[in-house]
Amino acid sequence: MLDRSKIALIGAVIASFLVSQFIGLDPYFSIVVINIGINIILAVSLNLVNGYTGQFSLGHAGFMAVGAYVSAAITTFGSTKWFQWFGAANTLNTGAFFVVALLAGGLAAALAGLLVGVPSLRLRGDYLAIATLGFGEIIRVILQNTETMGGSRGFSVSSIYTNIFWTYSLAAITVYVVLNLVNSAYGRGFLTVRDDEIAAEAIGVNTTKYKVIAFVLAAFFAGIAGGLYAHFIGYLTPEGFSFMKSIEIIVMVILGGMGNTAGVIVAAILLTILPEVLRPVQQYRMVIYSLLLIILMLTRPQGIFGGIKRPAFLSRKKAASA
Amino acid sequence: MNQFLQQLINGLSLGSIYALIALGYTMVYGVLRFINFAHGDVYMVGAFSGYYLGGWLMRAFGMHSSITLGMLVLVGSMVICAAAGLLIERLAYRPLRNSPRLTVLITAIGVSLFLEYSGQVFFGPDPKPFPAIIPNKEFLIAGLTINSNQLIVLVVTALLLVGLSFIVLKTKMGMAMRALSFNPTACSLMGINNNVIISFTFGLGSALAAAAGILASLNYPVINPLMGLLPGIKAFVAAVLGGIGNIPGAALGGLILGVAETLIVGYGAKIHVPPSYRDAVAFVLLIAILLFKPSGLLGKGQVEKV
Amino acid sequence: MDSLLKLSECTMCFGGLTAVSKLTLEIGPRDLIGLIGPNGAGKTTIFNIITGIYEPTSGTIRFNGQSLIGRKASAIAARGVARTFQNIRLFPSLSVYDNVRAAFTMQLKHGILHALWRGKSFRKEEAEINEQVYEILEIFHLGDFRKTPCKSLSYGDQRRLEIVRALATKPKLLLLDEPAAGMNPREKEELMELIQFVKEKFQIAVLLVEHDMKVVMGICQRVAVLDYGIKIAEGTPAEVQANPKVIEAYLGEEAKKIA
Repeated sequence: MLDRSKIALIGAVIASFLVSQFIGLDPYFSIVVINIGINIILAVSLNLVNGYTGQFSLGHAGFMAVGAYVSAAITTFGSTKWFQWFGAANTLNTGAFFVVALLAGGLAAALAGLLVGVPSLRLRGDYLAIATLGFGEIIRVILQNTETMGGSRGFSVSSIYTNIFWTYSLAAITVYVVLNLVNSAYGRGFLTVRDDEIAAEAIGVNTTKYKVIAFVLAAFFAGIAGGLYAHFIGYLTPEGFSFMKSIEIIVMVILGGMGNTAGVIVAAILLTILPEVLRPVQQYRMVIYSLLLIILMLTRPQGIFGGIKRPAFLSRKKAASA
Repeated sequence: MNQFLQQLINGLSLGSIYALIALGYTMVYGVLRFINFAHGDVYMVGAFSGYYLGGWLMRAFGMHSSITLGMLVLVGSMVICAAAGLLIERLAYRPLRNSPRLTVLITAIGVSLFLEYSGQVFFGPDPKPFPAIIPNKEFLIAGLTINSNQLIVLVVTALLLVGLSFIVLKTKMGMAMRALSFNPTACSLMGINNNVIISFTFGLGSALAAAAGILASLNYPVINPLMGLLPGIKAFVAAVLGGIGNIPGAALGGLILGVAETLIVGYGAKIHVPPSYRDAVAFVLLIAILLFKPSGLLGKGQVEKV
Repeated sequence: MDSLLKLSECTMCFGGLTAVSKLTLEIGPRDLIGLIGPNGAGKTTIFNIITGIYEPTSGTIRFNGQSLIGRKASAIAARGVARTFQNIRLFPSLSVYDNVRAAFTMQLKHGILHALWRGKSFRKEEAEINEQVYEILEIFHLGDFRKTPCKSLSYGDQRRLEIVRALATKPKLLLLDEPAAGMNPREKEELMELIQFVKEKFQIAVLLVEHDMKVVMGICQRVAVLDYGIKIAEGTPAEVQANPKVIEAYLGEEAKKIA
């Protein structure tokens, strides 16, 4: 029952618990560390869709937003009193409360993923990218017009629950899920969808089902990340979940080498730290970031660890042959 | 009825701007099968070129708001942006001509961000007032209040569209562009220098975006380095609406989008859609067209050969 | 004998072009049928219709008595129709082993939750699949290349791998689209043996599209000839070779006079 991956997962959860309880980190440092954890969840989940299944989704921030707002609504309008039955320990109440809020956010995001995915996933390449971009923006506009959640003025989240334990336990779960899923006979199906949809269908792989599953699962984790983010930042605005945020996550997936979870994790770490490193040149930060992006694409587009396997869908379509 | 016609004119005016930008997207896609994400920012560069050029002309030569000044600024900024488009293509896109589509897409996003943020650094992030390069007069025609700026937008757009049609349909360059969009390999085998055609296409599209920038600034005379973001995305939607790669489609898409957006803002309250949803109109149209006719209103579907 | 696959009056129009016209074809469960015709005659289109990539404009297709029309390609594959492609379509980022393993996904009894939980039954199934993949690779002498990226294989080996992958889906009917393309005579001999071996060992029907007459006439029990989407002849290889309409289609009017 206990194989390597399960042991690693349990180990990670315990380690993050110990760190958050017993190691006092400089506040600035722990902010960066938590941001890294959240970005890992976002990037690894997006990698399932873009990297392993080869579907170009540009709306990941939209699902993050859904998770953030739904979980924030629950903790702000709900109450820990719901969990009184846990008895004395207040932390258990809060913990259970937080978990429920996060799960609700994740499930809401998953539902959004289903609504977006089912119509969009029959589109190919560029068109899918635009459709997901469009949906992401629609979500943002809806949030801007939802007054109960502050509209464009923003929404104040009642409590800060996110810490290293929650962030890294969930990050570990995300990685566990994605890796174990892909590295099974069932999971090979995702890769076939990426490589050659027609051949995949010819061997009985229901490509639509796989695409939707990847999409919904990724949206779920994006929602979880959103929930963590909401209870970390404390204040939500729709602008914070714009197209730009989706781009940031995509860059992590590309830099890490699409379809390479380890690479994507490293990229998430690097790209979270980068803005901090560039803080001294704050005003030029985005200029440098965009230049680096262009140079990266011109020199090493396969990312840090990619390049060994290049998914077929990414290749330039040649004029119809055969 | 009057109000409706008024809204219609507003919508066509807005739509003309979208159409001009959309043409650039569609031409580049037709020739390279590539979505130039940075195109919306060329529109911004056009507006700023007009700002600095107009300001300079007025200071250095004491020119006043007039048709002459207007034309000089328009043509000047079109030339500047055409050059900018050529430069971008040469430096950022040409080296990636044979790279996977995704790579170029990300590069385009990088270029877009670069233009926006260096714009903020060099022009300053705060909004600037666009100089009045053409005197704005109001006319009362058949009970409608039309100002001359709107008229200019419509007239100039129409002229540019005619000019573009002429180039695409009646010149050798235009024919080469169309041939390239069908089959690049055959083109080069026919002795056409693909690079020249592609550069020309970029230049042409960028010039049109610049014109859009100037025309837009006439009616909304406040410019800032991020002004290209939303119009860029919307114009792209317009291009997809009309059929990406299809030139009349882009113009049609732009006009439809402009009118739809204006009508929602004007009449939306009646169907419980608040005007603040105006930005969503573009995306809803986008989703609708992708679901029902992804090849666009005027586009033709492409069947993959197995 | 009940037919395994039966096409009746199948027509496929693409806009103004009629690629296949009123085709009727019957294949029995142990048949080896060849489908020949000049380029553009509509042979691959027929494959695409059978496997669900295109839906025929009119006509019926019955497999084991059930209609295939309107079904997704993956559903048709699940019913026992497997195919290879004119231009080899392997999964380029996957190894030889994984290309074949992917073919077992539709036979899985355990889905996502099991892949995540990784309990005993999951691991048992994974091990069983592992064995089956090894076995079938060994049969076709690809066992040593298990971990190789499939792109590194020789052309002939890639073609063989594509056939192995198709067989891994445990089909009842195998459609081979120009498997001899690009092969030298020795490889073609081996291919002919391979196809017959496959038919016997796996007890399946084979429908073969081929240009190489030696291959077709050498192994097929029956041959159907297509020209401009219309079946102009069907019979044993000898009958078809002597058929004047066939000669005309391939070589033109003049040849008919000589023949």
